[in-house]
Amino acid sequence: METKKQLALVIDLNVCVGCHACVTSCKEWNTQGAAGPLTDQNPYGADPSGTFFNRVQTFEVGVYPKTETVHFPKSCLHCEDPPCVPVCPTGASYKRAEDGIVLVDYDKCIGCKYCAWACPYGAREIDESQKVMKKCTLCVDRIYDEKLPERERKPACVLACPTSARIFGDVHDPESEASRAIREQGGYALMPEWATQPANHYLPRRKTALRVDPQELQRQDNPLKVDGRLPPPATSDPALDDVTSW
Amino acid sequence: MPRSRMKIKTTTCYMCACRCGIRVHLDESKDSKDGRPVVRYIEGNPEHPLNKGVICAKGASGIMKQNSPARLTRPLRRKAGSERGAGEFEPISWEEAFSILEKRLSSIRQSDPKKFALFTGRDQMQALTGLFARQFGTPNYAAHGGFCSVNMAAGMIYTIGGSFWEFGGPDLERAKLFVMLGTAEDHHSNPLKIAISKFKRRGGRFVSINPVRTGYSAIADEWVPIRPGTDGALLLALAAEIVAQGLYDRPFVARYTNGGQLVVADRDSPRHGLLAEDEDADPLNPLYPQNKLWWDRHSGRAVPSHTPEADPALFGRFTLADGTRVQPAFQLLADRLAPHTAEWAEEITGIPAATIRRLAHEMGITARDEKIELPIAWTDCWGGEHQSVTGNPVAFHAMRGLAAHSNGFHTVRTLGILMSLLGTIDRPGGFLHKAPFPRAIPPSAKTPTGPEGVQPGQPLKGLALGWPGSPEDLFVDADGGPVRIDKGFSWEHPLSVHGVMHSVITNAWRGDPYRLDTLLIFMANMAWNSTMNTTEVRRMLNDRDAGGEYKIPFLVVCDAFQSEMTAFADLVLPDTTYLERHDVMSILDRPISEFDGPADSVRVPVLPPAGECKPFQEVLIELGSRLRLPAFTNEKGERKYRDYPDFIIRHETEPGSGIGFLGGWRGANGDKALRGEPNPKQWEKYAENNCVFHYPMPPSYHYMRNWNRGYMEWAQRNRLRRWGEPILVHLYSEVLQRFRLAAQGKWPGRRPPEKDRARIERFFDPLPFYYAPLEHEATDLKKYPLAAITQRPMAMYHSWDSQNAWLRQIHAHNYLFVNPGTALDQGIRDGAWLWVESPWGRVRCMGRHSEAVEPGTVWTWNAIGKSPGAWALAPEANEFTRGFILNHLIADELPDGRSNSDPVTGQAGWYDVRVRIYPDGQMH
Amino acid sequence: MRPAWSVLLLTTLIGAGQGLFLALFASDLLFDPQLRFILWGAAISLALLAAGLLASFFHLGHPERAWRSAAMWRTSWLSREVIALPLFMGLVFLYGLFAYLGRESLVIGILATAACVALFICTGMIYACLKFLQEWHTPLTVVNYTMLGTASGLTAAAALSAWLQPALSRPFALAALVAGALAYLLRLASLSRNTRLRPKSTLASAIGVKHPRIVQIAQGAMGGSFNTREFFHGRPREVVRAVRWGLLALVFPVPALFLIFSSSPAMLLAAFLAQFAGMLAERWYFFAEARHPQNLYYQAIA
Repeated sequence: METKKQLALVIDLNVCVGCHACVTSCKEWNTQGAAGPLTDQNPYGADPSGTFFNRVQTFEVGVYPKTETVHFPKSCLHCEDPPCVPVCPTGASYKRAEDGIVLVDYDKCIGCKYCAWACPYGAREIDESQKVMKKCTLCVDRIYDEKLPERERKPACVLACPTSARIFGDVHDPESEASRAIREQGGYALMPEWATQPANHYLPRRKTALRVDPQELQRQDNPLKVDGRLPPPATSDPALDDVTSW
Repeated sequence: MPRSRMKIKTTTCYMCACRCGIRVHLDESKDSKDGRPVVRYIEGNPEHPLNKGVICAKGASGIMKQNSPARLTRPLRRKAGSERGAGEFEPISWEEAFSILEKRLSSIRQSDPKKFALFTGRDQMQALTGLFARQFGTPNYAAHGGFCSVNMAAGMIYTIGGSFWEFGGPDLERAKLFVMLGTAEDHHSNPLKIAISKFKRRGGRFVSINPVRTGYSAIADEWVPIRPGTDGALLLALAAEIVAQGLYDRPFVARYTNGGQLVVADRDSPRHGLLAEDEDADPLNPLYPQNKLWWDRHSGRAVPSHTPEADPALFGRFTLADGTRVQPAFQLLADRLAPHTAEWAEEITGIPAATIRRLAHEMGITARDEKIELPIAWTDCWGGEHQSVTGNPVAFHAMRGLAAHSNGFHTVRTLGILMSLLGTIDRPGGFLHKAPFPRAIPPSAKTPTGPEGVQPGQPLKGLALGWPGSPEDLFVDADGGPVRIDKGFSWEHPLSVHGVMHSVITNAWRGDPYRLDTLLIFMANMAWNSTMNTTEVRRMLNDRDAGGEYKIPFLVVCDAFQSEMTAFADLVLPDTTYLERHDVMSILDRPISEFDGPADSVRVPVLPPAGECKPFQEVLIELGSRLRLPAFTNEKGERKYRDYPDFIIRHETEPGSGIGFLGGWRGANGDKALRGEPNPKQWEKYAENNCVFHYPMPPSYHYMRNWNRGYMEWAQRNRLRRWGEPILVHLYSEVLQRFRLAAQGKWPGRRPPEKDRARIERFFDPLPFYYAPLEHEATDLKKYPLAAITQRPMAMYHSWDSQNAWLRQIHAHNYLFVNPGTALDQGIRDGAWLWVESPWGRVRCMGRHSEAVEPGTVWTWNAIGKSPGAWALAPEANEFTRGFILNHLIADELPDGRSNSDPVTGQAGWYDVRVRIYPDGQMH
Repeated sequence: MRPAWSVLLLTTLIGAGQGLFLALFASDLLFDPQLRFILWGAAISLALLAAGLLASFFHLGHPERAWRSAAMWRTSWLSREVIALPLFMGLVFLYGLFAYLGRESLVIGILATAACVALFICTGMIYACLKFLQEWHTPLTVVNYTMLGTASGLTAAAALSAWLQPALSRPFALAALVAGALAYLLRLASLSRNTRLRPKSTLASAIGVKHPRIVQIAQGAMGGSFNTREFFHGRPREVVRAVRWGLLALVFPVPALFLIFSSSPAMLLAAFLAQFAGMLAERWYFFAEARHPQNLYYQAIA
């Protein structure tokens, strides 16, 4: 279902250091807001567990010493063709026509978990206390709040992120920062094989290398010359002049 | 309730030491169980210069800290007859607690003030705690710097007059190459994250040198794995290659370091190894004499250092008119560096020689060819006019990976030297200071120099912590024995500028150098993750002498949470959380200054204290008043300050000095900055201004501050500094040489006792050198082939956050990360239980295979494992059943009986421990 | 996927109920069943369907809102099942009622049969439509649900008729054998298909990093989450293997022995119970063997 506007996050793995700021900022905003509470089970006991909309995972790519450590934040990708929505028997899961955000109406949700089965990304989590399905709302209760200053009308995770690795915007607007980042920096979708068309994109690692040409080590202004440590060769040393006369 | 009706208050975060500005959203309509407003949301304050609106995982979880079941809410006294550590307490009133303390402490103060010791942990109030200890008259005061990162402070400050974190940092706005060593997460966490991200997006190249690839290293363009404790060797080889290739910034080295100054080369001279001085010339300041000499390569003769038109020879051997043979310091440095080839370093560090050379070339060529020129005119301290500021855009950052080794001081000093050779000190794109840095080398703060500095009923005659410049500055008795309980500033650790907190309990227990009466610990978990040799230390805390008295007779712990340490206390004082207190990040301590000028900040209470909690600040003001300490009482001996906020406003370092804890909105009308009479409305001004005061300096004072006359005058006028002499980089450390001369018997003053002589001579080398960490020398490396280290996770601050319901879901327990090859050699599968064993102990833990760790290293997250019963966690909590800490494996003393610390600074050698691993079930 | 007992019982019970109805209706068309056989059969079929429906409520977080779930029949197979099941139950009830009243029940029977088929399709499609659950995303899923349900219903009919109208028992047993054999072969076909499946998603596509060696180190939560609880069966490999053997034995070979060598009501009831247990094992395995691509994100903690 093609919406006019499609809000999304573009996550820049090139700068994400895996600090989990987005994880707890999200929890903090949403647990006390319209989407909350996000309950916790066993908060001070064995195997504490709770509802989060966003998690940061860590992967290792490659073999020592050519290892890359990839920090990977994951939340609902707000697919353009969200497989979780049509399977919902009650219509609790829906995709907003006006901005493409995929939401759950907690009052309609019967907690059958079928939508979670239908999401290949594991982006939905049932709230074990409230027994309804929960997921990222892109802080829909922030981003349109006109009482907030314009710059703060963004999801909590985006505002929190110390490395500004989370770019928020309309990916259907080719001039948005999000669209430009996707276009110019190789933004990609997760699991393209399922044709879910995730609205969220990821930006890959980019490497800056420095190539030193051996000639750059030979300089006229080498300070060792000033200090007499690179003396010109003595004229008495062997030279072609000693052996040939052309 | 609609959020728009919530009240928003600004204050400063304290979920770690980063000190970000926050906005706290309070729901005042709906009272919580205890009748206090409910914190609904904590966000980064966009108006704050430090974090610019961002916040980290910890900061955003601050709400849960207020709800922690581990909160202490009443003063507690250990139940009569119960053992320390059992955690059996009875609540008492504050009045009772204060009268216990008043009685005990006033009797100590009148008899022998050093029997009272105050050591503090993760606090940010050393200006106050230090003042209290000094006023009390005890030398036994320090914060946790000695076991944290004192090598980073001392190694750099003794070399360039500044250091990283609060003292200065990399200018990533302009750098092109950024090299980070031994840093995973950092104190300066959010600003560094912001900067690294911008740096990478600008296309800068980021190289991380670290045994482990986590945290910031993850996004490095190149990860260079290194064996722990060998960074010094790498840095020597890099510096050697840079000198050998002529990639050093000669004009910078010649003018702004002591490389061109002449060193007395006559072995028999009592001044051997000291900088030659023109005795006829005016030293200008006897503390920092300016009458050093250059060998002018144009005129071919010795001239006063920084003579206009002269240019010092950096190489050569010369003879002064009086026959003294001299050499430029740079020549000595070059001679020292020369044998440290990349091949030599490869053997030690495990980094291929070709990589080391390439890195040296990248640094040198970037510094040389990518120069930045800013059109900022400035004048140097010798009157030289400069129309622009030049920068060599190679920036470094380093932290505990370098510092927490017993060879860390020299490693860090070598880093300072490398940065200086590249011409990157206080220049755009390189390293930049933060006010009040740079300081003189060494800074002029000093401790008393002998036991007479400690007198009954008197304040301490000097500071408890200082910066020795020669043996005369040590704090020792006539026999050269220590005066401080931690043996700080003694011959054992002469430059222990942050104290040696990790030795306090062991020394006090043993009565070496003496026994204490009362030990007050603030916010430090000395019975668990903030101590070495944890098992024994817990025993010592509970040990009694023949007479049945505790060897440490009275133990007072102030903390907001029930930790492993509070269980051992005789008296527990419940502190508030950061949202419930006034607090200052004082210009007298380590403020939050930016590169462009001083900044300090405050916390204001946004919540009333829970229960009967009282901020430690108030406890100190109350105790100071009750004990009639001069700074807290008026001429009549009456209480001077109503409370802590009143103290902050009205206290001046000296009557009428105009210098107080806070630099902002001073003066009766609040119109003066940095210096001015007290302003009764100062707190209000801070509260109105995001709790932060930032004083941007004019651009001509932004750079080259070690040698910037304008800056120096400005800093003197504002009393950031007493002296205005230029601060030359100490490529060659005359300070260290003074101690070495004393050990060699050539120093005219104090000399070390015989037992310390060889040690001082070896480690007080004026030139950088590498030695294997001391513990390696005392360990069978064949039997214990692996290094074991910890890293701090970004979502957890020490042991502090296991009580936080959100953060502990992220790090509920921990694994030992092992390179798969190393693990499989021992038959250890991914995820399996294993033993990790050092010569000093062993711990059972779970292992996780990781390709992101150097094969000779194993590591885990710091302070996740907990002692059962602590932090109000359920008995089956993961932290107890599956978590562990490495502290049990780390010795606080080496077999020679000395502290397991850097011999120069006393920095705890946390990362020197060697281990082996074997599968669970296998007996060894 | 974690097998949920509520779902296992729902699908197996209604499958048997549906199969039993089909057997009743077929006997009505082909033979001359006694009224009490029809009535008992319809009642038992309804009981099985009701029990399945009841079990399904235990799957819901908010069973009191279950009525809402008929809303999205245009897109959701689950919603369609929610409609088809009560509809079918109503028709079975009418079928029994008509028989009891002696009224012509052919039209009702045809309608009920259509509802029954629709219900089989809906139930199967709930799983088969999830394209990234490759083990499920095949017509065989619908076929297996249909055939196994039919076979177990026929076995139930054989047992019931052995008690009430022994003359019908042999044909039913024969039909149960044929349907069971067919169901078994088709289930074997899907098992063999699934062992040959190659997951379309890999860690490389999951995180978008092209490299053959990617290993997860941390998933951001150490105490478990919905994602670790819902999508992993959490049983050791031996258990899964045992269940597989169990289903291979119980779904057909064991009941077939009873069906071939005995005609006593008790033994045929045993055949049904064995087959039903086999179906539970089959359904358990159906879930356990399904590898959800989200699991790629939940491999390790640290």
